[in-house]
Amino acid sequence: MTATAPRGTGGVIPGRGDGGPAPRRAAIPERTLRTDRWWVQPLVTVVVLVLFIAYSTFRAFQNAHYYATPYISPFYSPCITTRCEGDSFPEFFTGPSWISPAIYILVLPLGIRLTCYYYRKAYYRSFWLSPPACAVAEPHRRYTGETRLPLVGQNIHRYFLYAALVFNVILFYEAFRSFRDETGEWGHMGLGTLILLANAVLLFMYSISCHSCRHIVGGRLNHFSAHPLRYKAWTWVSKQNARHMQYAWISLFGVAFADFYVFLLATGTITDLRFF
Amino acid sequence: MSYDATFRVWRGDADGGGLQTFTVAVNEGEVVLDVIHRLQSTQAGDLAVRWNCKAGKCGSCSAEINGRPRLLCMTRMSTFGEAETVTVTPLRTFPVIRDLVTDVSFNYEQAARIPAFTPKPREADGNHRMQQVDVERSQEFRKCIECWLCQDTCHVLRDHEENKAAFSGPRFLIRLAELDMHPLDTVDRRDAAQDDFGLGYCNITKCCSEVCPEGIHLTDNGIIPLKERVVDRRFDPLTWLGSKIGRRPKG
Amino acid sequence: MELERHEYDVVVIGAGGAGLRAAIEAHENGARTAVVCKSLLGKAHTVMAEGGIAAAMANAYPEDNWRVHFRDTMRGGKMLNHWRMAQLHAQEAPDRVRELEDWGALFDRTPDGLISQRDFGGHRYARLAHVGDRTGLELIRTLQQRTVALGIDVYMECTVTRLLTGRGGGAGDDGAAEDGGREEVTGAFGYWRESGRFVAWQAPSVVLATGGIGKSYKVTSNSWEYTGDGHSLALQAGATLVNMEFVQFHPTGMVWPPSVRGILVTESVRGDGGILKNSAGNRFMFDYIPDFFRKETAETEEEADRWYDDKKNNRRPPELLPRDEVARAINSEVKAGRGTPHGGVYLDIASRRTPEYIRKRLPSMYHQFKELAEVDITAEAMEVGPTCHYVMGGVEVDPDTEAACVPGLFAAGEVAGGMHGSNRLGGNSLSDLLVFGRRAGLAAAEHALRRTGRIALPDEDLADAARAALAPFDREGGENPYTVQHDLQQTMHDLVGIIRTAPEMERALERIAELKERVANLSVEGHRQYNPGWHLALDLPHMLVVSECIARAALQREESRGGHTRDDFPATDDEWARTNLICSRAPDGSVALTRQPLPQMPAELAEVFEEVSAS
Repeated sequence: MTATAPRGTGGVIPGRGDGGPAPRRAAIPERTLRTDRWWVQPLVTVVVLVLFIAYSTFRAFQNAHYYATPYISPFYSPCITTRCEGDSFPEFFTGPSWISPAIYILVLPLGIRLTCYYYRKAYYRSFWLSPPACAVAEPHRRYTGETRLPLVGQNIHRYFLYAALVFNVILFYEAFRSFRDETGEWGHMGLGTLILLANAVLLFMYSISCHSCRHIVGGRLNHFSAHPLRYKAWTWVSKQNARHMQYAWISLFGVAFADFYVFLLATGTITDLRFF
Repeated sequence: MSYDATFRVWRGDADGGGLQTFTVAVNEGEVVLDVIHRLQSTQAGDLAVRWNCKAGKCGSCSAEINGRPRLLCMTRMSTFGEAETVTVTPLRTFPVIRDLVTDVSFNYEQAARIPAFTPKPREADGNHRMQQVDVERSQEFRKCIECWLCQDTCHVLRDHEENKAAFSGPRFLIRLAELDMHPLDTVDRRDAAQDDFGLGYCNITKCCSEVCPEGIHLTDNGIIPLKERVVDRRFDPLTWLGSKIGRRPKG
Repeated sequence: MELERHEYDVVVIGAGGAGLRAAIEAHENGARTAVVCKSLLGKAHTVMAEGGIAAAMANAYPEDNWRVHFRDTMRGGKMLNHWRMAQLHAQEAPDRVRELEDWGALFDRTPDGLISQRDFGGHRYARLAHVGDRTGLELIRTLQQRTVALGIDVYMECTVTRLLTGRGGGAGDDGAAEDGGREEVTGAFGYWRESGRFVAWQAPSVVLATGGIGKSYKVTSNSWEYTGDGHSLALQAGATLVNMEFVQFHPTGMVWPPSVRGILVTESVRGDGGILKNSAGNRFMFDYIPDFFRKETAETEEEADRWYDDKKNNRRPPELLPRDEVARAINSEVKAGRGTPHGGVYLDIASRRTPEYIRKRLPSMYHQFKELAEVDITAEAMEVGPTCHYVMGGVEVDPDTEAACVPGLFAAGEVAGGMHGSNRLGGNSLSDLLVFGRRAGLAAAEHALRRTGRIALPDEDLADAARAALAPFDREGGENPYTVQHDLQQTMHDLVGIIRTAPEMERALERIAELKERVANLSVEGHRQYNPGWHLALDLPHMLVVSECIARAALQREESRGGHTRDDFPATDDEWARTNLICSRAPDGSVALTRQPLPQMPAELAEVFEEVSAS
């Protein structure tokens, strides 16, 4: 026998999963006794994410107004088909004209955000209400978490990270290319250049601050002292990791804003503010 | 500086009970536990509450205050308005014994299941040598005062009694993380974490981190790194392939 | 009568550091072992220990060794310590600390990767192995996890109300042949706090590891568990208590707000650079250096400040004098009207160390003041004052085996007496728990395995114990136990506190006699299931017996020494330097007091005092 002496606890009776007290627990009928507005945060999350999804879906399928020399919208970057507007990335193949080039690449940025440890928290809470807020009962009868398909798939997050890092390089490459003017001459900079650059930086910070990245750079080690460089890297990534949530949101707004700016230029609504 | 506060305290046992309302004096600087003690000594001599150090170090006086899992001794009355009704209930996740005292033996059963620490041998001079940077991660988890608030708030256990058979709760996931990161330990607990302690049940919604009175970053520093370590072993196709064709040593 | 019965070789009462260490040792020596504790496992008062474990490991200072530690301990206790206990303690502490690492403890490290050691009051060298300022938690968790891993039975939230004794059968080589039929331990009787149901353990060896008595005082760093039940159980079973007049008031407890008054502020604050100031801003400790410690204490603030970085060429700051000296000094400053608005003095580390350093070295102090007093210790000074912290006195035991004079009864940790003399040095408590916990467990296991013959627990004894426990329910209209407890705490605080006088203590004894009568007439409401009023009613007689021991011994010792300060006898006395006071139970149930000469230290140990002070 171990540790605790018998306490006459009786058998464990399955819980009801509807927020009501399981037998032998204190009989408290309320789903929660919290007195604060706990529902505000999940509500805001839902509203913001739905707006982003609606906008990005519209833009991804629009298949137009994503290029305004020398800027390409991050939703369409890298643009890998021959049907792409402008000259941007090496063009690999020609797809049917009705498929937007954004579709080919969408899965990767979507994947890293979907499997991201922060976004998981955000959408499990706000969309799936599991739980809606701490100490507020969830409405589900059963719960198996990430133990089975499809959610066990969240464990491949690190592969999306690898892909995202490749994308980060491409976004920097595109931002770098926007130092050319309409004629392809170097030595140009407009507000769009800054926006693409900022977007690339933010998305990079989002990737590098990710929990999987923290693990890979050093978290998996048990003896930091034997790996001083990786320890240094881990310490830095850990610092960024503490702000992963902020990066997640700011980069989300950033990418939408960068796209919107290109959209405005491409539709001729505004003209780029040109510095030199 | 004194005022009369309205308290609603859950009283009862496994057979039933409910919130009972008291009017009780509150003085400057007091915490909720002081007020509960005043109720005990003046109005309800048999009001059951578990407590020890009254300084946030032992983790005995866990309960729920206005619906939030908290230590009674670390919740200052000044955080409530004088007109605000303060509701104190027992931990919901565990069977109630009486009033604010719950049967937390589930946690002790889980603790007994953890594969024990198994150190490598000492060095020739009889010492273990470890660098501060190597012990710091596990030290964070060893700050745990075992108040069981994380266990209480975790929806996997709180809302699903049946999960107690498969999921041991955040406290024991960080205990596994502590041992897995321990520079002296020689046991690989990754399979056990996934299969025996239900790591996969955690959907990292972070209520355990929010509630921890010691400020331990259970999710970011313990559970997620443990999940990543399990990925290394179980879900990383490259590692898996490597172990199949024998390039990497197993374990 | 409904009664749960268990049979073991060794029953350990108390699950703090000493109890768990004893249980581990007893188990590893083949004894069937159980631990009984009043709280949940891992909540014992040991978690409140903050500073560290004193052990002369010489990780920080190669000059350190057990002889220096022995000498510091004896001098801290004003030479009243049992020399053999102080010797064993100093010799064995380093091994006890190292073994914790084998069980998973993670101490802070030196740059070489060894266990880091910090400075503390009364210790010549930095020798406290520590983890930030939560060393007690680390110790208890490590021992708890080891206990669980070994599969030792633990009876949680279970209170022992009585030790069971009987006329001995044959106790191997315990000398039973001569005094066959002597009273010996046969087990223990108690109740589950949760249900109120009774339990009896039948066991030839019982180890008391119940801790201290602080709950008899109004301002204390101790939790409700510290009711002196172990002291009282031992006394009732026929054992003797030694040095009960010595109660340590920790110089730095919180004083504001009132609800946290008494909560400990670790000595590490001073060890890590904190200083004490009065309301005029003076570093008053320089005015309170006693001759006994003058040679090794800094005389100027400059020298004191240099000491933190260069311990070889400078003497220690007076803030790091032993606790009794510092507590008395603070008491005098406050009495002289130089205290803070809330009746304490200022403990300032904010102006002397960086916020990062403070948060790193003293995380739980930072947290404690922030949460409980809304004080940011990295920016402001703390207000502190003396708080009842530790009782040096306890069960008189054999130094090598921790055996009390009742066969089968052992005591370790705070409940045992002798080790610390008249005053305990900070950090010596955790090492005491480990060293003597282990020895007690070992001796208890040996005693149990050696003992032959059947143990019987007579039904009438069990029925009597149950009757006594249930008595408060039978009386109606009696007094509320909380009021009696409050009055006792007030009495001890006012009359047997830091500074004592004969008339006050005589008054205290009168009041204790009155309180005894009131306790005999207590009544409690409700039923047996988790009823704190009832639990308190059963604890009160213990608290009263212990309070009586303290007051009687303190009245008789007509000198000032260590944790015992007499306003009417302010000096030490050579005759008393050779005398211990022993409490025992008189046939009529009251406390009897006898004088006993101090054990004689062998010459080769006495030399330590010459050689170390010469070096």
